[in-house]
Amino acid sequence: MDEKKKVILRLENICQSYVVQNGVKDAVENVSFEIYDNEFLVILGPGHCGKTVLMNMIAGLEKPVGGRIFLDGEEIHGSDRRIGMVFQSMNLMPWRTVMGNVEFGLELAGVKKAERRAVAQKYIDLVGLQGFENSYPHELSGGMKQRVGIARAYTNNPQILLMDEPFGALDAQTRYAMEEEVLRIWGQEKRTIIFVTNNIEEAVFLADRIVLLSNCPATVKQIYDLNGLPKPRNMTDPEFLRIRSEVSANTDLAL
Amino acid sequence: MNETTNVLTNEQRVKLVQDQKRKLTYQSAMLSIAGILGFLLLWEFLAISGVIEGNKLSDVLQVFRLFITKFVDKKPDGAILPVHIWSSLEVALCGFGLAVLIGIPLGWLMGWYRGFDSFMRPIFEIIRPIPPVSWIPLTIVWLGVGLQAKAFIVFFAAFVPCLINSYTGIRQTKEVLKNVGKTCGASYFTIFWKVGIPSSMTMTFAGIKVAIGNAWATLVAAEMLASSSGLGYMILMGRSYGRVDLVIMGILVIGILGVVISALINLLENLVLGWKKL
Repeated sequence: MDEKKKVILRLENICQSYVVQNGVKDAVENVSFEIYDNEFLVILGPGHCGKTVLMNMIAGLEKPVGGRIFLDGEEIHGSDRRIGMVFQSMNLMPWRTVMGNVEFGLELAGVKKAERRAVAQKYIDLVGLQGFENSYPHELSGGMKQRVGIARAYTNNPQILLMDEPFGALDAQTRYAMEEEVLRIWGQEKRTIIFVTNNIEEAVFLADRIVLLSNCPATVKQIYDLNGLPKPRNMTDPEFLRIRSEVSANTDLAL
Repeated sequence: MNETTNVLTNEQRVKLVQDQKRKLTYQSAMLSIAGILGFLLLWEFLAISGVIEGNKLSDVLQVFRLFITKFVDKKPDGAILPVHIWSSLEVALCGFGLAVLIGIPLGWLMGWYRGFDSFMRPIFEIIRPIPPVSWIPLTIVWLGVGLQAKAFIVFFAAFVPCLINSYTGIRQTKEVLKNVGKTCGASYFTIFWKVGIPSSMTMTFAGIKVAIGNAWATLVAAEMLASSSGLGYMILMGRSYGRVDLVIMGILVIGILGVVISALINLLENLVLGWKKL
């Protein structure tokens, strides 16, 4: 690992449990890892293993039972505008246009209309939605909706972007296209991205590093460094397939 | 002949689709008119043929003539029709307006803030099942038979659906949209304002529509029991004087006004929820 890489986010012994009908269920158990500045980190794990819970804790949407999260060396509590999030499907406000959705964060921050329009437009263009500014979400396809979600997260200018299975609800073709899009966008506007998925192929295609989680309760099973595999990657490349099957063999089956 | 199918130009296609749409609209309008005409014909037949006696059902023209003359004629109930209509509308709008202004924000707040919900819920649950008309005796004692008394009763009729629907609507706000607000750094109140209220609007409008129906129905009941003016009062007087034409005309005016009010609310709804129609 390159020694000069700067750690931007550090998770330290994160735990999360919930009270359920007969006792307490552990969702996340002692998860610790570091994320470097501007890297594309993929959190991979079987379905229902606590990936979303982990994301929500990083985003400050729920409080971990134990453990600490450090951003730029400082401990954070709750939501922080330096951390943005692209949610799973159905995350747009149906009563707002594409522009209205994208500029939402700036509107809340009290940025003046002309200024926030300009910023929002920049990211609408970046995700390739120019011409759809005044469309409403129900007029868009699934892939376009997720583009809006990505533009909205970028517009808040976060240092870290969390993407929680953003392409899970898309059909296979759109999904491949969006994976390439997200790499293109990341190439143009470098941010630290933490991308959650249960799709091994997607993980190997996108990641600089993969954090592989175990079945519930989630623990870090292994961390793969894929920096040796140059991007853009070819999903049929022998090296790609080798890594893919290596990760695959190590992944727990979801029940 | 051995013709190949013509390729349509863009304009031809647009015209075809528009014609089709226009035809459908025209058909449904014609059917609606036929429905009304059919009803009037049946009514006229029943009245004229004597199947129902004249003192129990007046014929259509008689009612229509009365509708016109009642604009200037005060007999037999002491006021011309516009006065009755205005009297009823005034009460309905006061009571209904107050119910909307109080009920909807209260529903939003109860739906959004758990503590406030626990505090208000028991009182509301007791008020909720009380039929609005059962407030009438108490209102007469408190407020007499004037505008305030009737508005008070109408208020209760409209208040409950306003509150329940705005409450349920804001309760159904998607968790993920609240989270979008949170990750944008918004406070709980800002999310209430920017996310909760807009997403409750569909349900809230459903509540307003139920409320206006309730208000109108209760109003007429209130006017029949505790009033000296208004459409309900006019109907009641019609019965006392044995004027069945006046009763029928009054009922129809009440119905038609109800339709007009609903149409106005639909117009407002389209304005607020226009994004759905696009």
